[in-house]
Formats: sequence, structure tokens, C-alpha cells
Amino acid sequence: MGARSLHGAWRLLLIVALLAAAILLPLGQKNYFIYVMTSWLIFAIAAMGLNLTLGYAGQISLAQASFMAIGAYTTALMTLAGWHWLASLPVGLAFCFVVGLVLGYPALRVKGHFLAFVTLAFNTLVFLVLRNEEWLTGGTYGLSGMPRPEFGSFSTDKQLPFYYFTLGVTVLAALGLWAIVRSPWGRAFKALRENPIRAESLGVDTRRVTLLAFAIGSAYGGLAGALITPLVQFIDPGSFGLAHSLRILLMVVVGGAGYFFGPFIGAAVVILLPEVLRFTEGYYLIIYSALVIVMLVFVPSGLIGIFGRLREKLWPKRQVRADMAEGARLP
Amino acid sequence: MSDLAMSDPVLSVRNVEKSFGGIRAVRGVSFDVRKGEVLGLIGPNGSGKSTLFNCILGQLPPDAGEVSVNGRNVSGMRASELNKLGVGRTFQQLSVFPKMTVLDNIILAGQEHHGTMLSRLFGPSDAGLTEEAERLIAFFRLTHLRDELAGSLSYGQQKLVDAAMAFMAGPSLVLLDEPAGGVNLTMLAHFKERLAAYNVEHGTTFVVIEHNMEFVMSLCTRIIVLAEGAVIAEGTPDEIRSNQTVIDAYLGG
Amino acid sequence: MSQFLQVLLSGLATGAVYALVAIGFTLVWQAAQTVNFAQGEFVMLPAFFVLIGMNWLGLSFWISLLFGLVVSVVLLGLVFKKLIVEPILPHGGITLIIATMALGILLKESAKEFYGAEAQPFPALFPGDPINLFGAAVSLRDLLNLAISLGVVVLLTLFLNRTRTGRCMQATAQNPAVAEILGVDVKRMVLYTFLINAALATLASFLITPVYLAKFSNGETLGLIAFIAAIVGGFNQIRGALVGGLLIGVLDNLTATYVTAQYRAALPLVLLIAIILVRPQGLVGTSEGRAV
Repeated sequence: MGARSLHGAWRLLLIVALLAAAILLPLGQKNYFIYVMTSWLIFAIAAMGLNLTLGYAGQISLAQASFMAIGAYTTALMTLAGWHWLASLPVGLAFCFVVGLVLGYPALRVKGHFLAFVTLAFNTLVFLVLRNEEWLTGGTYGLSGMPRPEFGSFSTDKQLPFYYFTLGVTVLAALGLWAIVRSPWGRAFKALRENPIRAESLGVDTRRVTLLAFAIGSAYGGLAGALITPLVQFIDPGSFGLAHSLRILLMVVVGGAGYFFGPFIGAAVVILLPEVLRFTEGYYLIIYSALVIVMLVFVPSGLIGIFGRLREKLWPKRQVRADMAEGARLP
Repeated sequence: MSDLAMSDPVLSVRNVEKSFGGIRAVRGVSFDVRKGEVLGLIGPNGSGKSTLFNCILGQLPPDAGEVSVNGRNVSGMRASELNKLGVGRTFQQLSVFPKMTVLDNIILAGQEHHGTMLSRLFGPSDAGLTEEAERLIAFFRLTHLRDELAGSLSYGQQKLVDAAMAFMAGPSLVLLDEPAGGVNLTMLAHFKERLAAYNVEHGTTFVVIEHNMEFVMSLCTRIIVLAEGAVIAEGTPDEIRSNQTVIDAYLGG
Repeated sequence: MSQFLQVLLSGLATGAVYALVAIGFTLVWQAAQTVNFAQGEFVMLPAFFVLIGMNWLGLSFWISLLFGLVVSVVLLGLVFKKLIVEPILPHGGITLIIATMALGILLKESAKEFYGAEAQPFPALFPGDPINLFGAAVSLRDLLNLAISLGVVVLLTLFLNRTRTGRCMQATAQNPAVAEILGVDVKRMVLYTFLINAALATLASFLITPVYLAKFSNGETLGLIAFIAAIVGGFNQIRGALVGGLLIGVLDNLTATYVTAQYRAALPLVLLIAIILVRPQGLVGTSEGRAV
């Protein structure tokens, strides 16, 4: 037990350190830097949601960007009509939750690649609707001028306050996800991923669990969308196309699917790497995609997998003894 | 035992028929299983054991006939509903959740039977089941493996975990699918002893499908022999051992 | 009526090319459990190799075609399999999906950066003159595309069913473990599958690029349509990919002409969702077993 609580203490220390870094880092930095960090937090939320659906529950979804879209457009339309951001949030979340449930139905019938295709088609359909229904969404011209929220005397108009506002929401979202993953629900999600037939035979209603995995994951996508509207203050359908769903999927896989902090690392890599490669101009996407391929060949379980392997080397776990390999301890 | 308990079989199979294409895999099989029995279902390859087993488990709705558990018709029932009714089962292959610890595996087996969906979300992480799970783990002498990932266990150990999972929700009936398959002798003896002990301690009814004769003969209180989809013999292990029809079925064509 | 015939035939011609792409996609899926999300780019790229042959290496058109074919088959068949599929496949389908997506981006951006972002004209293999067929003005090119594609499909089917190698490939697709025991060189059969896919994609590229012009972004829609065609038709067999491709080509054309241009792209998507939910084995596919 000693080793476990030590491990737990290290982890807590790490989280506090990261939180402190997140709070202190943007101070005194240029606006663009703060903007990128805000963007990182928002995409980390979207990736968290997808991580629940894909990493924990094992359901592949290529539609996360379309839920960001639903959240973003709901927030945009409502705040443009004068509603406060806080009022638009539950509407967007509820909408995404319900649509997410609907998207979960195909998942009951098909798995794996087929499910990937269905969600991909869904994402593209949402894009088409956003692009074509100009009367509602502004079509390809999009919507602009959405206000940043105000909380009494605290205005998020400037980059830095908006960043802290986003950080606050992200921490709450992460706590919420942590609660879900640690609860029996989280155990049921993992069971669904690892052995759905066995899970079903133990009384787990796999249908319900699948739908929930989609609905909750989608709601997180919606939350991310609700934040992106005030961040960029201009949204158009192109920002939520298939390519963006793939980006979010990439964040989950690069960070490490099924690991709690994977999305944060993955989002950081996917968002920061292009910034770092910016100097290569036209070639950055080429280098970027090549790097992704290389990473997947050598570390398919994601970057957290690397940490895991390092940890194994530095703190080796109790090995199963050779004589135990063949039997339980008999009297 | 009261008359009521005697008259109500835990499992009742009535005239079950199942065909695939032109092949009649199960032909009008009927039997009852009483509370506390350890029933063995044996037969040569192609006898229809597995098909019958799947019909009982609701995986395959029978073409004709009825399967009831504690008086309720379970034909075509979803596995999770059947489990909620008090039926547990073990699997031949891939029976554990490999990336979860042994403890988590067993807690999962019990959590769906405790509380409501919401209480499972807002309640404690282990649904209050740690003690109970640890008791079962101790029963199977797996305490030292409590925090190991189930996928890293040996095959025999996984089978023990599988059985523990089947027992966790306190079922009235447990169906064991070839529990002895691929398990080494020492582990097998331990496994058999534990199963027998559980049966005596809790009065749980078992139905065992098995090829391993020795295992079946020493564990089961009653045996039913299937051949070519029909019951050809029924009785105690001793009776079956010396039954000529059975011997012929195994040695014959 | 004559307009309808025109739209129909033109749709069939496009659909036949989609079918080639869908067939390759299906083959690779069957034989190697690989869903290639870069399939569209596999069709976009060979045209660029040809252009490189003509404009950078000064080769004649037909030699450039050959050059493009060889480079494509090696790069998109052999190298793809060895460097990407083989290392990643054991780690799961999702990882491979992402890897092929990344590959798609890599190929697309490479074409854009190394060759050019503007659409490049691509010489037609055949003249596009309209000929009169039952009163409709039908492009000769369309007819020839249709004929060639169908011809290739027939040849491929014959190859798979009548030759020893083809039957070994089928065995590998159905049950690699058993095939191995029976002495089939499974690794080589899988390699052949990838090579054939590259060849099919190349042929599709040569047939379709004259119409769309060579542009780095060609792969996006083509890839999606290939998957949809394969699934709608039936993932189990080549016939399915053929049926799917033709169907989508025709329906797409009909929709654009008679119904709506804006939501034209929605049709294949809705079809995909409907088929997956209602009849996941596809229109022509069988629900049991796999067949190449």
C-alpha cells in the first residue's frame, strides 16, 4: 500500500505544479501566446470528451467537431440575440447531449470502421447543413461579432481575463470527467471497451452505456464549442469540418487514448506543433503529418505511453513471481 | 427442504428444438435442475451441448420449446436481463477485462446489481463493494493478485477470476462453459474444490458443460448425456460411468 | 428523355471509375484489415507523377503514363505496406486509420508544395467528342471509361477466380491462418493486394483526371465516395464495390441535375448511414463470411 500512496502523492504534486504553471505562464506574454494557450484549453475539453467516448468506452467517433459546431452556433446565435453566455451554455449542452444520443444509436448496431464511417458521414452532413442554411447560420459567411461574456465587473474582453475564465471552465470540466471516470460508470465504460460480451453477461446494459458514452462525449464537444465562439468571435462551417474532427481524434491518440491526461498532452502537441513549425511555411503540414506517422509507428499507445514506459524503468512494479505464474497459492 | 422448494426447479428446459439449415442440433430436449444441484451436461462432439447451452443463455432463441429460470420464460432474453434475474455464467475464452485490476473486474460484476444508475454515478467509486469483492478474491485464494491487471494473469488464474465474477452478484444459477478447458492439473484440482465448496456454502445451482470426464464425474451430482441432439442418459456419475449406451455413443461413430 | 440518358450514362461512367477505387479499397480491407483513409489521395497522386514525367523529365505522354504507374505501384503499394501498414496494424485499427489519414494529408500537401496549388491540365487518353447514342449526345470518353473500367473488373474477377495466385489471394482474405497452413505465402498475397490496389487507383487517376484536372485536393471527395461505394455495395465482394460505385455515380448525377445542387453531397452520406443501419452487409453483400 505504501507504494500506491506514494504514487498518488507524486501525482497530486504534478497536478498542482501543472495548474500553477497554467496560471502563471501567460502572465506578461503577448496576446497571441495567450490566445494559443486558450485555444489549447478549449481543444483539450473537446479531446477530453472524445477520450471518454473513444479512449474509455472504445467507441470510435469522427464527429466531435460537429458537436463543437452545435455548441458554437448555439452560443453564437443566443449571445448575438442578447442572452448571456451562461444562459446559452445549458441550451448548447443539452442540444449536444440529445444529438449525441442519436449518434449513439448506430453504434449499437455497428462497430469499429463502420461506426467511423457513420460518424464521418454525420459530421459532413452537419457541415452541409451549416453551409446551406444561410438564413440561420449565415452560410459560408458565418457569424461574427459575438461578445465575450461579462461576470459582474469581471470582463473577459481582454485575452488574459478570457484565458482565466476558460481555465476555470476547463478545471471544472476536468473535475467532472474525473468524477465520471472514477465512478462505477467509468468502470462500466471500460468494461464496454474491453469485453462488451462479458460486460453484458454481468448485468451491464451495454446499450445504455454506449449511448451515454456518446452523449457525454458530445456534450463536452459542445462545451468546447461554446467557448470557442467568444474566443474567436467569428465562426464559419469550415472551422468544424471533417478535418477538425480528425484533429481532435489525433489529439486523443497522440496524447494517449484512455488515459486521463492524454487529451491535455495531445491537444498541446497538435496545437503547438504547427506553431513551432511555422517557420517552415508551406512545408509545415508535410513535416507535421510525417511526424504523426512516425510517432504512430514507434509509440502507438500515445505519448503518455512513453511516460508509462519510463516509469516502469524507474519504478518497476511488483513482478508476478515465476511460481505464481502457474497457480494460486494453495493451502 | 420445503415442498415448495422441491417443486420449483431453478432451471427448466422443455422440449427445446433448434436447427441450423438442415441440421437438427437439438431435438426435443427436456430436463429440470433443482436447487443446489451440480448438473453436468456432457456428450461427444456434435451432440448439441453448446447449442443447448446457448439456448438456455438466451443467445439463441429455440425454434420450439421453452427455457425457464425460477419459473420465468427466458427464451431470447438479453444477457444483461438474464443476469439481473439471477443467472451467472462463465466463458471459455476471453472472459476477463484485461486492462482492469482483478479487484475492479469483480467489483464490476457486482455493481450493476447495487443501487440505481444515478447512485452509481454519484456514489462511492467502488459502489461499496470492495469488502465483498475481497471476500470472493480470498475465497479463490487470489488475494495476492488483487491489484494485478487481469490480462497479466495466467490462463488458470483468469478462469478463477471469471468464476468469481460469475458469483459476485449472488446468482441462484450459474452456467459454467467448459471450466476445465486448458487448465493445468494442480490449478484444476483447486478450481474444482473451490466450486464444490461454493456450491455447498451457498446452495447455488450449477450447470456445467464439459469434456473433461474426470472433472465432471467428481464435481457433479447428476449428469445428463447428449448425443446427436437428444438426451440418451441421465443419472448419477456412477450410473453414467457404467451405462453402455453412453459408452457406445462416445466410442461409436 | 435524351437528357436523362445523357445524365445516366455520364453517371455510369463516373461511377465505373469510382468502382475501381472502391474495389481496391475493398481488396485491401479484406486481405489486410486495413481501412485506407488515404485512398482518395492514392487516386490524386499518380496523375502528378505523370505530369512530373512529362514536364520535369521530358518523357513522352505514354512513357510518362508507364512511369506514373510504376512509381505509384511501388510507392502506394509496396512502400505503403512495408513502412506504414506493417508496423502499425498490430497496434489496432484506430491507430492505422489515423496513420492513413495523416498519410493522406502528407500526400496532399506534398503535391501542393512540390508541384503547385493550381489545377493542372491533364491530357486525355481519348478524345472527348460527343457521339450520338439513341438521340443523346454522349461523350466518347465516358463510354470508353465505362468500357475500360468494366473490362478491368472482369479481368480482375477472372484473375481472382481462375488463376492459382488469385485463389490464393482469396484464401488469404477468407482465413489467413488456414491459408498459411495450406502452404499459401500469405505475406506475398497481402503484398499483391496492395499492389493491385495501387494499380487500380492509378488507372482511376488516369481516367478521371482529364475531367477534373490534376489538383492536390482531388482526393478528398474521391476517398469518401470510395468508402461509401464499397460499403453501400457490399464489403464482402468485388461485385459489391462495382454496384456501389455505379449506383453512386448515377445517383449523384441524377440528384445534381434534377433535385438539388446544394445538398448533392448529402445523398451518398445519407445512403451510407441508411445502408449501415438497415443492411450493413451492403446491397449485394452476404452477411456471412468474406470473399475477395
